[in-house]
Amino acid sequence: MTAPGTLPAAAPARRSRKADRARGDSPAPARIALHIFLAGTCLVWLVPLLYAFYTALRPYADTARRGYVSVGGHYGTGNFSAAWVQAQLPHYFWNSVLITVPALVLTLWLASMVAFVVARFRFRINIALLMLFTAGNLLPQQAIVTPLFKLYQLVPLPQWLAASGKLDDSFPGLILIHVAFQTGFCAFVMSNYMRTIPAELGEAAVMDGASVWRQYWQVILPLCRPVLAALATLEFTWIYNDFFWATVLMQTGANRPVTAALNNLTGEFFVNNNLIAAAALIVAIPTLVVFFALQRQFVSGLTLGANKG
Amino acid sequence: MTEVELAPRGTPKRRRTRRLSGWDRVVITLMAGVPTLLTVALVWLPALASVGLSFSSWSGYGSVSSIQWVGLENYKNIFTIYPEFPPAIEHNLEWLAVFFCLPAPFGLFLAVQLDKRIRFSRLYQSILFLPVVLSLALIGFMTELIFSPTQGLINNLTGHTHGHVTDWLGNPHLNIWAVMLMACWRQTGYVMVLFLAGLKSVDPSLKEAASLDGANGRQIFRHVTWPSLRPINVVVLVVTVIESLRAFDIVYVINKGTDGLELLSVLVTDNIIGEASRIGFGSALATILLVISLAFIVPYLVSVFRKDSRP
Repeated sequence: MTAPGTLPAAAPARRSRKADRARGDSPAPARIALHIFLAGTCLVWLVPLLYAFYTALRPYADTARRGYVSVGGHYGTGNFSAAWVQAQLPHYFWNSVLITVPALVLTLWLASMVAFVVARFRFRINIALLMLFTAGNLLPQQAIVTPLFKLYQLVPLPQWLAASGKLDDSFPGLILIHVAFQTGFCAFVMSNYMRTIPAELGEAAVMDGASVWRQYWQVILPLCRPVLAALATLEFTWIYNDFFWATVLMQTGANRPVTAALNNLTGEFFVNNNLIAAAALIVAIPTLVVFFALQRQFVSGLTLGANKG
Repeated sequence: MTEVELAPRGTPKRRRTRRLSGWDRVVITLMAGVPTLLTVALVWLPALASVGLSFSSWSGYGSVSSIQWVGLENYKNIFTIYPEFPPAIEHNLEWLAVFFCLPAPFGLFLAVQLDKRIRFSRLYQSILFLPVVLSLALIGFMTELIFSPTQGLINNLTGHTHGHVTDWLGNPHLNIWAVMLMACWRQTGYVMVLFLAGLKSVDPSLKEAASLDGANGRQIFRHVTWPSLRPINVVVLVVTVIESLRAFDIVYVINKGTDGLELLSVLVTDNIIGEASRIGFGSALATILLVISLAFIVPYLVSVFRKDSRP
């Protein structure tokens, strides 16, 4: 399937894009084969979601009678509204907001401060510090969860902060572990980014008598908007999608964020595949918004981490 | 790319750091210190505690003084008499092998194709990338939609919903493969995006030169593109290993990781939130997971940061 032979002369004239001739255009048959292959793959890729959507649109009675792979019967949004109302999805969405938003803001804030110190000053422990953060982010969550779980049970919290009276089974507990875990990745990405900002900018601010804090807050951070946007998109998706921490560290089912709550609700409310499909698609909506509206930010966040700036 | 190089060991600090006022020093310490404290307290301390507690026997209910130290007994038990351990290790290895053999090369292949100047490349990329934004828990639900015996897509499609029903998710020899297929659905897009970014950073003039020298597409890939993808290959390797060790959500959604879906991560979790809370035993399992992952993480980071500290 690799493009055989390069025929720059045969390149069709319709290409108006800035073309670098290096990647030669393959001859028409190869090109058509490639398109057929890619379109086919994409179709296969879409099947699970399209099938979920199609199933969610049909009442269970129809699929039970006609089979799941069939056409006809009624189509409508009944399953969606049933899932939304019966399982109180709005309540669980609100839980997700209460966890994701503070965790996201804190993660970006703390990570940007670490990145600033590591990228803009030359301390000897900088590399060790960055390694500590990056390695922490790469650990499997399960490798640390056992002592963490005990630790969370031992740390008391005032009642107004957590109904459980401790870090375990509380919103602050869940937020903190997300922050601790995700800061590593963000600090790594942002420190790479900040290093590309010319040192003169900071120095000029110092000449003007700006404190370190003002250098960070008014000079460097505003320049980091693109990387902050990328990381915010990525981290929002990751924290919203979290299942493990919420399952282990939030025992009260009613306080779980929507991604983890879905698991409890299956069997209780979602008794057939039609309802499960509808609920799953509703829960996927925020991430689908990211996909449709913020895909560039998401991808650049992912690849910034991989590409080292 | 890095204008401000980090100081190698032993070189004198730059003037800038010496000009810091006392207040600035306090600010810097706090800026780096608070996040560090949080990460150390909630990530590294538990990681070390996992290792420590793995030599103990502790139900987790009594006070810390009720911990009994039992040496290597937990490990001995894991390797000799714990029936879930062999299948869990086996599944983790299979997971790793499948991730390594399917999404990684297929993701690379797709990336190479999409990196050519073809029409609709953006559209193809988006569609293949779609599963990456979905949570693994959600993919667990999708797995049920597709593979469940009477209500699933596969059996309905092949007419196996009555009589001889293939129980894809209940059969302990089949279910792990169904789950992994769905995991690959997501992983391929992830790997593809990483490789696409890597391919964009390959110097086009190198390819041009090779093509002018008469190299064909395959030769250009073999001798120009592939060598310059080395850093990305390392990233993909690490991502593949870490993701296969972290695998948890999908199997937990389907049947809490039992009956053919055992994984190391599930065993660790079962020992803390299951009926029998065994902190020591769970920690020993976690330590095994920790050691395997650090064996990949540490060399990766050393290679990344060594490049960094070079002037």
